[in-house]
Amino acid sequence: MERPLTQDIKSDGQPLTIDEYERTGGYQAIQKALRDMAPGEVQEEVKAANLRGRGGAGFSTGAKWSFVPMGADAPRPKYIISNSDEMEPGTFKDRLLMEGNPHQLIEGLVIGAYAVQADFAYIFLRWEYLQSARRLAAAIEEAYGKKYLGKNILDTRYNLEMRLHTSAGRYICGEETALLNALEGKRGIPRSKPPFPQLSGLWGRPAVVNNAETLCNIPHIIKKGAEWYRGLSRSADGGTKIYGASGRVNKPGAWELPMGTSIREILEEHAGGMQEGYSLRGIIPGGASTDFLLADNLDLKMDYDSCQMAGSRLGTGTMIILDDRTCPVGMLLNLMRFFARESCGWCTPCREGLPWLAEILHAIETGEGEEEDLEVLATQCRLLGPGHTFCALAPGAVEPLQSALKYFRDDFVRHIKEKKCPWR
Amino acid sequence: MATIYIDDKPYEVSDGQNLLHACLSLGFDVPYFCWHPAMHSVGACRQCAVKVFRDEKDRRGRIVMSCMTLATHGTRLSVDDREAREFRASNIEWLMTNHPHDCPVCDEGGECHLQDMTVMTGHVYRRFRFRKRTYMNQDLGPFVNHEMNRCIQCYRCVRFYRDYAGGRDFNVFASHNAVYFGRHQDGTLESEFSGNLVEICPTGVFTDKTLKKHYTRKWDMQTAPSVCVHCGVGCNTIAGERYGTLRRIWNRYNGEVNSYFLCDRGRYGYEFVNSKDRLRHPLRRQKVSSAEMTTEQLDRKKIFQTISAFIHPGGANVIGIGSPRASCEANFALWKFVGPENFYSGLGEKDHRLIPMILRILAKGPARAPSIKDVEGCDAVFIIGEDISNTAPRLALALHRSVRQKPMAITQKLHIPYWDDAAVREAIQNEKGPLFVATPAETRLDALAASAFRAAPGELARLGFAVAKAVCEHAPAVTDLTEDMRVRAELIAQALRDSEHPLIISGTALRDEAIIQAAANVAWALCESGKKASLYYVMPECNSMCLGLFGGRTLGEAAEALERKSADTLIVVENDLYRREPPALVNRILGAAKHVIALDHLENATTARADVVLPAATFAEGSGTYISSEGRAQRYYRVFDPDGDIRESWRWMQDIMNARGNLHASSWQNLDDVTTAMGEDIPALKTLPDRFPRADFRVTGQKIPRQPHRYSGRTAMTAHVTVHEPKPSDDSDSALAFSMEGFAGEPPPALITRFWAPGWNSVQSVNKYQDEVGGSLRGGDPGIHLLNDEDVIKPSYFPGVPPPKRMPDRGEVLAVPLYYVFGSEELSVHAPGIAGLIPAPYITLNTLDAQICRFGEGQIAGMSLSGFDLRLPVRIDNSLPPGVVGIPAGLPGLAGIMLPAWGLLCLDDAEREKGT
Repeated sequence: MERPLTQDIKSDGQPLTIDEYERTGGYQAIQKALRDMAPGEVQEEVKAANLRGRGGAGFSTGAKWSFVPMGADAPRPKYIISNSDEMEPGTFKDRLLMEGNPHQLIEGLVIGAYAVQADFAYIFLRWEYLQSARRLAAAIEEAYGKKYLGKNILDTRYNLEMRLHTSAGRYICGEETALLNALEGKRGIPRSKPPFPQLSGLWGRPAVVNNAETLCNIPHIIKKGAEWYRGLSRSADGGTKIYGASGRVNKPGAWELPMGTSIREILEEHAGGMQEGYSLRGIIPGGASTDFLLADNLDLKMDYDSCQMAGSRLGTGTMIILDDRTCPVGMLLNLMRFFARESCGWCTPCREGLPWLAEILHAIETGEGEEEDLEVLATQCRLLGPGHTFCALAPGAVEPLQSALKYFRDDFVRHIKEKKCPWR
Repeated sequence: MATIYIDDKPYEVSDGQNLLHACLSLGFDVPYFCWHPAMHSVGACRQCAVKVFRDEKDRRGRIVMSCMTLATHGTRLSVDDREAREFRASNIEWLMTNHPHDCPVCDEGGECHLQDMTVMTGHVYRRFRFRKRTYMNQDLGPFVNHEMNRCIQCYRCVRFYRDYAGGRDFNVFASHNAVYFGRHQDGTLESEFSGNLVEICPTGVFTDKTLKKHYTRKWDMQTAPSVCVHCGVGCNTIAGERYGTLRRIWNRYNGEVNSYFLCDRGRYGYEFVNSKDRLRHPLRRQKVSSAEMTTEQLDRKKIFQTISAFIHPGGANVIGIGSPRASCEANFALWKFVGPENFYSGLGEKDHRLIPMILRILAKGPARAPSIKDVEGCDAVFIIGEDISNTAPRLALALHRSVRQKPMAITQKLHIPYWDDAAVREAIQNEKGPLFVATPAETRLDALAASAFRAAPGELARLGFAVAKAVCEHAPAVTDLTEDMRVRAELIAQALRDSEHPLIISGTALRDEAIIQAAANVAWALCESGKKASLYYVMPECNSMCLGLFGGRTLGEAAEALERKSADTLIVVENDLYRREPPALVNRILGAAKHVIALDHLENATTARADVVLPAATFAEGSGTYISSEGRAQRYYRVFDPDGDIRESWRWMQDIMNARGNLHASSWQNLDDVTTAMGEDIPALKTLPDRFPRADFRVTGQKIPRQPHRYSGRTAMTAHVTVHEPKPSDDSDSALAFSMEGFAGEPPPALITRFWAPGWNSVQSVNKYQDEVGGSLRGGDPGIHLLNDEDVIKPSYFPGVPPPKRMPDRGEVLAVPLYYVFGSEELSVHAPGIAGLIPAPYITLNTLDAQICRFGEGQIAGMSLSGFDLRLPVRIDNSLPPGVVGIPAGLPGLAGIMLPAWGLLCLDDAEREKGT
């Protein structure tokens, strides 16, 4: 099985140096793209590869690029940004790529930049990823040294400056427009769209934001072609995907597998199945802000459309497993506190609604719950839905809760009736 | 126009608006918080949710925020949809989870937008049973009270303070439900527009701290339409009273002038009306010895006996001095009594010449005075010689809009609607349209300016003349231009020529004829090259323009007339002459007059030397007319009947005239009669009587009440004096009544005593009085533009280009006035809040001059100016050009110094001794 994104990552925990990366065929895609392809051709190739954004929304990367104004009249400077602000609970896929093979991201970013004719590239990195920060900073310096960055890259007259920006550490800054605000030095609050960032993104100029994993795919698509890339997948969406699993499984971790690999295969073959004495109760498939799936869904293909059909979302593709010895209310309380704390405070429903949900969950978990609370939780989940709030944070935050109310209702009721947490 | 369907009924709305704007303009009650008609949409509060449908078949629809959704032709929406209503009520429930529900002890109670919206959405029962978050509050200075626990995080405050008004010392901190709005630490808000937070805030986070000291609910206040007296801009206000005390000033929306905002001098200067130094009874002063005066309080009859003894029958021995802060009617009554040849304007020598000149420039020249709204639409601005942040703050606020005009072009390219505020700001970033500031010292507008030029007044004028020449070949040439000046002039001229609506701003601040002429030349040059240029001159006071129309003679001539004995009695109406001319001249005037009769609100240096002092009504106790800098005549109305013998100056004058057999005023029954007589004598004012609502104006036979229908305690207010409820006083001057009874509907715009509509108790109810939200008041914005009626004549440029700057003698410097929003205006300094913010007097100079004179920061410098031997601490300010020093203008104690003036700067003797 081909694992283009991770197969070269070393097992000793050290990153690939630029020489090592070049020996694996690294930076050949830059040469091909910049020397032999027009920017539009790069966009077309990526579009043909059916690469969909790996940050969770699953938008076609090639299509996203195609909205950037091109040509001599386009506003300047233009920007491309790697969204490396990986902060979704249960998600650690970008970290693996950035720590293990930073040059792969840099190369993907340069090709992406070339495709939209960007003048500046930023890597917007999660604050806590200190190891990634050190390795990316060193790699950027190496890349400048070998003229993969800077003025007149590889004598092609294409110029690109790249900077690493470490975030101040807020979940919301992973939302692309909040990220742009944060990068401008403003408060990390989202913006409404339109206008889309491709037209007015960073400092009022065109900007495109791609997830780090998404960008890591680009060199391989350019090097080996769209057809090869589509062939990697077991579904309509192209390529491989880094799937992960956390919770009471034998071998928690992240693995690069064909897009559309089933949950069962990921859990049983790669994560080593459930730990002794624990059985599976639920799966949050794509980081914390997706709906629960149940054991009946084990044969579900982990791709964008299949997850959607099953009533959840692929999200980041990194599962959190709920077992039978963990209190689902406690789990949701933990998640809801996270989301309530990470609300940017801009819009009312998210700022005020999520803390209320957290308070109610805390009351239920500590035996202070009231019968009406379930009704309040359910209506709040509905009222915090998409379109009601300014961005997708709150709708995502209530996804696990709304499905838990459906699937684990008895557990809530027991908490309230027994006036305590039955797991304690 | 676009047709939209609201709950299945078709409506016509103007193009390019958002649905909230459209719904509110059509009279629908859609609740909102973060949206503001002047600051537009950001979609934060989620309160204005409505449902939109794809087409008439779509019955499911989806919830959108009306403020963020474009009203396009065929849009179908429902305000009344069940899910939309549920969401809006739920949004209030969220806001209420942390709101303290302390309405009974909250100053906002009864005029709280949050209360109104809560009732509107139908949310009644709060299910949230957990602890509320609490904040620490801050001391934000004398004007604004801070109670953060009430905050519903609509972000309007920070959007106004920073984005709209350019303030820096206020911000939003922290995140999630701990978001905090305030300063980085306790301290007085630095922006001169901070008081607007009180009206911007939809609840009681920011409330009026001066009102708090004599608090009254909105429904218990007697209010009347008023006009600000603290500068020449003429902002419209609503003044409120209870128990004989003026309680607060509130913004009175006028789409052409102040729209939604006032400056803090205008909002908080009102407390002079309540000052303990108020004159409330006629006083008789007599000299008992060379050093001692007695002051006796007399009743009206006795005082007229005294006055009659001073004045010959008919009044032939009297001359009169008017005032730029007295109403047109007060000035006119005096003018009528003494006759044009014995009327002295009461302006300082220079203002006396400059103001009529400005009037001629504006009335006859092709460049007209813009309204504040017009200013906001100008896309290139050149300011010569006026620090408008301090002399006309509301005008300065408008320039924050003007500099956005040019950059806004990009939003059209990007298809961003003008009301999508966050997207507009993202698209235009810090881009500013051309604004050029030419003043002697740094101004707060420099932060917005493309470039700032610092020079002595003569050089500023030369720059102006050079710009005019660069704009149009026919303008007079400036000789001996330095290269820097030439380049600068070219640059400014280019920017003005490249604009659609250029604006030139100048004024009387530097009392420099050449500057005023230069400004006119620039505007005229632009007109000649085909631009529709506007020209705004900042007037020093609220009715300076009136004296420009009245003419009259100078104070120097008054001294001569009295010394010639062509008259021996002097009447001074609402004017402290010691602020107009050096003490030597004023002493001559007051000394030469055998009898001095002074009418004023407060004791001052002039009333102290008068034989008879008559208590004159302020704007709150009388009605009258002021003419603003743009030439807009505006009427203010008596708010309440004051204690004591306080009366409008024109009424005092009328009684004096009647008492001495001068029959000119004998037929005046009310203010309308005075205005009519004035229109007959002063041609420019002939249209006034017809265009203000007359005193006999009635709606369905009723007057307009000054008291709200919920006014409480009417029968008990005077119960400690008498149990018989007194008859409300009659107001013969206006269609307003001192009563809660009368016409309860919407009055004509000039007579709006308060903004209120059913379900809308807060100031947001102004929506209900406008043609379209944020537009004109229904029936037209009040005020009568006097200067635009006259025919334009082809200008001939002013030829008087001043020579290049003279080389000063050693140690000689030019002292220029530095204006302070808090301190330079005469009346507002009597308001305690403002008094606390007045700077201590100082002299400021450039490091270079300081070195020549061997001054250090804080050392005491001596300077002799206009008969004042000044001893002032030195401040170093390198924005001043060499050879120019700055002295705060009009500050208590410094008021009579006539600036600019040349003088010798020396180290104070005591300092010199310390040095040796």
